[in-house]
Amino acid sequence: MALQVELVSPERILYSGEADMVVCRTEGGGEIAFLTGHAPFLGALTIAQVKVVLPEGRGQPQLAAVHGGFVEVRDNRVIILSDVAELAAEIDVERARRSLAEAERQITTVHDVEVEARLRRAHVRLEVAGGLSPVGGGGAH
Amino acid sequence: MAGGKERILRRRIRSIQSTKKITRAMELIAASRIVRAQQRVAAARPYSEQITEVIRSLAASGAQLNHPLLGAEREVRKVGFVIIAADRGLCGAYNSSVIRAGERALQAEVARGRDYSLVLVGRKAVSYFRYRRYRIDAAFEGMSDQPTYEDARQVAAAVIEPFETGDIDQVQLVYTQFLSAGTQRVQVRRLMPLDTGAVAEATGELRADYEYEPDPTEILVKLLPRYVEARLFAAMLDAAASEHAARQRAMKSATDNAEDLIVRLTRVMNRARQDAITTEIMEIVGGAEALRHTRQSGAEVLSSLEGAGK
Repeated sequence: MALQVELVSPERILYSGEADMVVCRTEGGGEIAFLTGHAPFLGALTIAQVKVVLPEGRGQPQLAAVHGGFVEVRDNRVIILSDVAELAAEIDVERARRSLAEAERQITTVHDVEVEARLRRAHVRLEVAGGLSPVGGGGAH
Repeated sequence: MAGGKERILRRRIRSIQSTKKITRAMELIAASRIVRAQQRVAAARPYSEQITEVIRSLAASGAQLNHPLLGAEREVRKVGFVIIAADRGLCGAYNSSVIRAGERALQAEVARGRDYSLVLVGRKAVSYFRYRRYRIDAAFEGMSDQPTYEDARQVAAAVIEPFETGDIDQVQLVYTQFLSAGTQRVQVRRLMPLDTGAVAEATGELRADYEYEPDPTEILVKLLPRYVEARLFAAMLDAAASEHAARQRAMKSATDNAEDLIVRLTRVMNRARQDAITTEIMEIVGGAEALRHTRQSGAEVLSSLEGAGK
């Protein structure tokens, strides 16, 4: 039996379907992967990528950038809630690149949480969209 | 002079016709937007349902529930009001009914000796309260007909922060609930502290043991503001759908009225034209008759003229 995955943002459902595995990154806990039969789990997500590995023969893993959010796992259902989430295909790579360059420039002068978060967001967007040299076997097309 | 009245009427009819074109266009636009707004309401539902579900699970797990957003009872001295109206008029009683409901709720709190704080969405609400010299703490314009989650987040921030610092003790949400294209109802609901009824109800039953990362209380602290945002977002989407529905209805009746007026005025105009034509014919006939008469009794007339001339 496969996992039932739902990736939900306030404005719509980004992804809904079956998967073999879901990988995401929780706050404080680092990266975590869910397979079928995982114990009930509830976590807060950091700005990172979410990887949904589809069942055999259903194509490439779905990648999404989530900017914070929550994950709940129960009875082989994985629900990811995120107020800002984008699927890889929807990310504007150019914009993210510009934003990353901007944030990198800013962070050398001012060091505040806002800029750091922006840097992270841009980085994750690029990582997911494959606009960055793949990190940890991630987002290559 | 024949045609004067007719010309005036024709001009009026033409102006009503162009007004009708505008109201008709607005009606059609509003109608298409209702559908889209309804889809957005439906699309936003899974998120708020799931987030409620997660809060239930957390509550059941025995996370610390004395978070201020969950309504640890405190004396209410200042009540915040979030009133969601529209940026534009031409939508019947939509704006005035939300605004009036909001003002009434506010006055009721003031009468009980409490202070108020106003957070307004929609230009119409802002100008109403500003004109009446209410103290406005935050105003948002340009988002009422197609609110995004980002908009909702900004509005939520305007009340969550003062609530968390203890500046305001309660927040009421005044908006128009979209029941169907035909019915919308103004609602005054408590936004904060959250209604613990739903949470407490779930606490009774034992749930599967969860693993948490980070610990439950910390997750709850992060989650509750998102929940408030999601509720506010849902209300804003409902309000937008209601606005379009109200506008569609108002513009439909305006179009119908214009049609009626055109029919009536056309009738009056035709009668005026007919009258003018009749008068003209009468004049011609009268003239011809007089001339014929003259020819017949030309001699008499001549002699009488001569007689008068002497």
